[in-house]
Amino acid sequence: MIEFKYNHSEAPRGMIKIFYLNWPLILLIATVASFGFLILYSVAEGDMVPWAKPQMIRFAIGFSLMIIIAFTHIDFWRRISILIYIGSVILLLLVLSVGDTGMGAKRWIDLKIFRLQPSETMKLGLVMMLALYYDWLKPEKVSKPFWVLLPLIMIILPAGLVIRQPDLGTGLLIAFIGISVMFLAGVSGWYFSGGLGLTGIFLFVVWVSRNTPWQFLKDYQYRRIDTFLNPSLDPLGSGYHITQSKIALGSGGLTGRGFMQGTQSQLNFLPEKHTDFIFTTLAEEFGFLGAISLLAIYGSIVIFSGISAIVNRSRYGSLLTSGLTITFFSYFSVNIAMVTGLAPVVGVPLPLISYGGSAMLVLLLSFGLIQSAHVHKPRTKTQ
Amino acid sequence: MARAIVNKSAAPDTKLLPRRAIILLGAQMLTIGVLGWRMRKLQIEDSERYRLLAEENRVNIRIIPPRRGLVFDNKGNILAHNQQNYRIVIIREEAKNSAKVLSDLAKIIPLSKDDQTQVLSEIKRHRAFVPVKVVDNLTWEQFAQVAANSPSLPGLIPEVGYSRFYIENEVMAHLVGYVGPVSKKDLARLPKSNPLFQIPAFNIGKTGVERELNSDLMGIAGVSRQEVNASGRVMRELERNKARSGVDIQLTVNTDLQRFAMARMANLSASAVVLELKTGNIVAMASTPSFNPNEILSGISQERWSNLLTDLMRPLSNKSVSDAYPPASLFKMVVAIAALENGVVSKTEKVDCSGVYEIGDSRYHCWSNKGHGFVNLERAIERSCDVYFYEIAKRVGIDSIAKIAKLFGLATNHPLPVSAISKGLIPTTAWKRNTLKSKWVLGDTLNAGIGQGYVLATPLQIAVMTARIATGTKVEPRLINAKGGARVLKTIFNKIEVSSDSLNYIRDSMVSAVNNPRGTGYQSRIFEPANMFSGKTGTAQVRRITAAEREKGVTKNENLPWEKRDHALFTGFAPSFDPKYSISVIVEHGGSASKVAAPIARDIMLFALHDGIPPITAYPPEQREKVSKKLNKILERSRSKRENVDEITDDMESRT
Repeated sequence: MIEFKYNHSEAPRGMIKIFYLNWPLILLIATVASFGFLILYSVAEGDMVPWAKPQMIRFAIGFSLMIIIAFTHIDFWRRISILIYIGSVILLLLVLSVGDTGMGAKRWIDLKIFRLQPSETMKLGLVMMLALYYDWLKPEKVSKPFWVLLPLIMIILPAGLVIRQPDLGTGLLIAFIGISVMFLAGVSGWYFSGGLGLTGIFLFVVWVSRNTPWQFLKDYQYRRIDTFLNPSLDPLGSGYHITQSKIALGSGGLTGRGFMQGTQSQLNFLPEKHTDFIFTTLAEEFGFLGAISLLAIYGSIVIFSGISAIVNRSRYGSLLTSGLTITFFSYFSVNIAMVTGLAPVVGVPLPLISYGGSAMLVLLLSFGLIQSAHVHKPRTKTQ
Repeated sequence: MARAIVNKSAAPDTKLLPRRAIILLGAQMLTIGVLGWRMRKLQIEDSERYRLLAEENRVNIRIIPPRRGLVFDNKGNILAHNQQNYRIVIIREEAKNSAKVLSDLAKIIPLSKDDQTQVLSEIKRHRAFVPVKVVDNLTWEQFAQVAANSPSLPGLIPEVGYSRFYIENEVMAHLVGYVGPVSKKDLARLPKSNPLFQIPAFNIGKTGVERELNSDLMGIAGVSRQEVNASGRVMRELERNKARSGVDIQLTVNTDLQRFAMARMANLSASAVVLELKTGNIVAMASTPSFNPNEILSGISQERWSNLLTDLMRPLSNKSVSDAYPPASLFKMVVAIAALENGVVSKTEKVDCSGVYEIGDSRYHCWSNKGHGFVNLERAIERSCDVYFYEIAKRVGIDSIAKIAKLFGLATNHPLPVSAISKGLIPTTAWKRNTLKSKWVLGDTLNAGIGQGYVLATPLQIAVMTARIATGTKVEPRLINAKGGARVLKTIFNKIEVSSDSLNYIRDSMVSAVNNPRGTGYQSRIFEPANMFSGKTGTAQVRRITAAEREKGVTKNENLPWEKRDHALFTGFAPSFDPKYSISVIVEHGGSASKVAAPIARDIMLFALHDGIPPITAYPPEQREKVSKKLNKILERSRSKRENVDEITDDMESRT
C-alpha cells in the first residue's frame, strides 16, 4: 500500500486548525439547518414541539461531532475506512434479521437513544472504502477488468442488501454514489457507456415483460410506476401525495403565502409534511424566492466542497470529498425532484431540514470528513 | 519548487481527477438548474392554476373506525358488547381557548383539574381539527345539559360513540380481557402501522381474548372523503369507503357454569378449569378473585388500581393458565403410569408404609404420621400414600417420569388465545444440570414422586392431564368455537401411547379415591350412580417442615398465616364409566384438599353434568341439608347481572 508522507510540520496543528476550516461551508450548513428549524416550527403550527426542538438538539450534537472529526487527521479516517465499510455492511445484515419494521420494511435498528438507519451510514462507508481502494490502486490498473470488478462488488453488496429491505430507491442511490466515485477515479469511459446501454436494455425488457408470465417486477411495483407517470390513477395513495404536493408548491407563487400561512401544508392535505415532503411547506410559505434560495445554498455547498476536492492533491482526500459531495447532492436533488413530480416517491429526506436523526447525523459526519480532508490536505511550502 | 509530498501517483492524478471532478460538478450544477427551472414552472408559470386548485382543494380524508367484533359464549350469549356511549369531544381549532372552554364545561358536569390538564396535553398531540375525547359515559341528563349549553361552549361537541362493555363484569374478566387506548408499547408490538391507530385513544385489546385475537376483532378502517372549507371544517361527505366490522368470536365457555364456579370460589384465591372431553372445549376457566373490566375501561382510580396490583390474592392474574403450582399428589397418577409402563412395579406388589421413608440419613415423611401399612398401587392412590410413591419414583427414575408427564400434557404449551400462559415445569436430570448447574440427586426424585420439589403445573395442564387419563386420547384444550359465524374445526384426538391396561388401572384407582370410604375424596362423592365421580386429592406444601416441628407435631393449617398454609388441589372426571368432563381445582393456601378443593370440584362438576343447579339427590343423604343451604347462598351470589340483555339484543337487531 502506498503510504502518504504528509509533511506534518507544515500541516496546521492544534487549535490553529480552526483557521484552516472551510468556513464558508460551515456557515452555509448552519444557514440551511436554521431554515429547517423555522419550517419545523411552522409545520407544528407555531410550536417548538414536537419537531423543532429535538431537531435543534440533534443538530447541536452532530455539529460538535463534525468539528471533532474535522480536527482529527484525515490519515486516521483513511486508516479506518475499511472498518466503517465492513461495520456498515454488518449493520445492514443485522437490520435484515433483527431490524424494526417501519412501514412494512426493515430499515431501523433500535439503539434505545435513537433508531439507526444503517443504509445511511452505508453511504458514508461506501465512499470511504472506494476512496481508499483507488488511493491504493495504481492509476494504470484502474481500468483493468479485474480491478473494475472488485469495486463493483463493493457497491453491489450493500446496494443489494438495502434493496432486500426492501428499499429500492435508497439501494439505487447507493449504487449511483459508488459508480460516481468510480467515474471520478478515472475508470475508462467505455465501461460507463456500456453500463448505460445495458441498463437501457434491461429497463426495456422489464417494461415489455409486464403482464407476461415472466414479468420482472411485482404487480404493485408496476402500478407504482404507473402512478408516477400518471398521478391521477391513484388519488388516495402515492399519486395523492404528488398531486397535493404540486398544488401546495404551485400555490406558493413568487413570494409565497408567508411564514406559517401555508393553507395546504397547514391543513392535513400533506402527509409526511415534517419529513420527506417538508420542501412543499417551505415552497408554499416562502414561494419561488424561498425555494430558489434554498436551491442556491445547496448549490453553493456543492461548489465549495467540489472546489475543495479539486484543489486537494491527496487522492484519498479528493475522492472522499467528491464522493461525499455527490452523496449530499443526491439527497436534495432526488428529494426535490420527487416533490416536484420529476421522480417517483422514494424515501429520501431533504438534507439538514427534514426531521429525523440518522440522515442528519450522517450528513454532518460526512461534512466533518470533508473538513478534515480540507484542513489536512498536502501543502507545498510557500516561500 | 520542492514538493512537500512524496506520492508516486500524484502526477497522473492531477490531470484526470480534476477533469472528471469538474465534469461531475458541472453535471450537478446542471441538475440544480433543471430543478430550479421546474420550480419556476410550478411556482411562476402555473402558479395561477395551482392557486385555484388550492382553493378548490377541499377534500379531507377521515378514518372511520370499524365496529369491534363481539364475543359470545357457547350458547350465543354476549360477553363483550359495544355500548352506546354519550361523550363530549373537543376540536381545538374551534375552541380557540381550549383551557377556558374546559373550565366552563367543568361548571356543568364534573371534570377535575387533572382531567382538564390531561385533555389539554392530549389536544396538543393532534392536528387542530382532530376531535379529542373530553369525557365519556355521561348520563343522558348530563349529555342533554351540555348540548343545551353548546352555544357558550365553542369547540365542544356532544356525540354518541360506542364503547366496549363487558356484560358479565368480573366473571369473564381473565378470559375475555379488556380493551384500552393504544399505547406506544402496543405500537412497537403490533405488526404494521394501521390507519386506525391515528384515531386519538383508539381502543385495542390489552389482555385475554381481546388482546390475543385483536386482529380479528378490530376490523378494518373505513375512509370518508369529506368536503372541508378553508379552515378545515367538514361541510359534507363526498364519498365513503365503509369500514369492515371486526369478526365476532364465539368461545367454548358456558357462562352459567363459569358464573357458578366464580361464586362457588368467592372469597378464596382459587382456580377451576372444566374441559369437555370429546372436544377439548374449555367450558369453564374460573379464577378468583377477579376484577371488573368495565371499571378499568371507565377510568379506574389510582388507588383501586394499585390495590388490584398489590392484593396478595392477585386478582389480575388468570391463575388457571398463568400460575404454575406444585401438583402434589395429583402427580401420582403420572408417576404410577410411568412405573407400570416401565414394569418396575406390579399391580399386586405391596409396600410397607410406616409413615416415614428413610434413605441414608434423610427421612421422607408420609402425610399420615401413623403410616398406611402394606399398600398396593390402587390403595396407594386411593389413600394418597407418599411412602409408596417415594419407592416407585426411586425405581422408575425422573427421566422416565418426565417422559410420561409430557405425554399427558404437563410442561407443554397448549396454545390458547389467553394472556400470560405459563409453561409449568417437569424437571429432568438434564434440566437440572443445564439450568441449576448441579447434579440431580435421589432426594429430587423422591420429591418429584409426590409432585413437590421442582414439579410445577398450571390448573389447565392438570385438567388436560386428567382428560387424557379419562379418555386415553391426547385431548387438546380449545377456547374458540367459531370465528365470524364459521365453526373452528375440531380435531380428532390421537390415542395416547400408553397401554390401556395401565390407564384402566389408574382410572379404577381414581374411582376408589373418591368412592371408597377410605379414599381421600370420599366426602365429595357423587350419589348418582350414572354420574359417578373419579378423582384425586392433592395438598401442596408451600413451606418447609423442620424436624423440630415434626417432633412437637406439625402445626395445623388453621394456626398458620394464610400465605403459609398448604395449597388444596383436586382433579377428577365424571361420569366415571362414560367420562364427559374433566376438572381441576386449586385453592391457594386453602389447607386440606379433601375438605376444601374436592367439594368445590364436585359442586362444579355436578353443575356441568346437569347444566344447572343439580338435584339435591345427587349428594349423599347425610350432606344434603348442609349442601342445600350452601347452594342457596351461592345462587344468591351468582344472581345474573344481565338485566340489560334485552336492550342489547334490540340494538343488535337494528344494526344488522
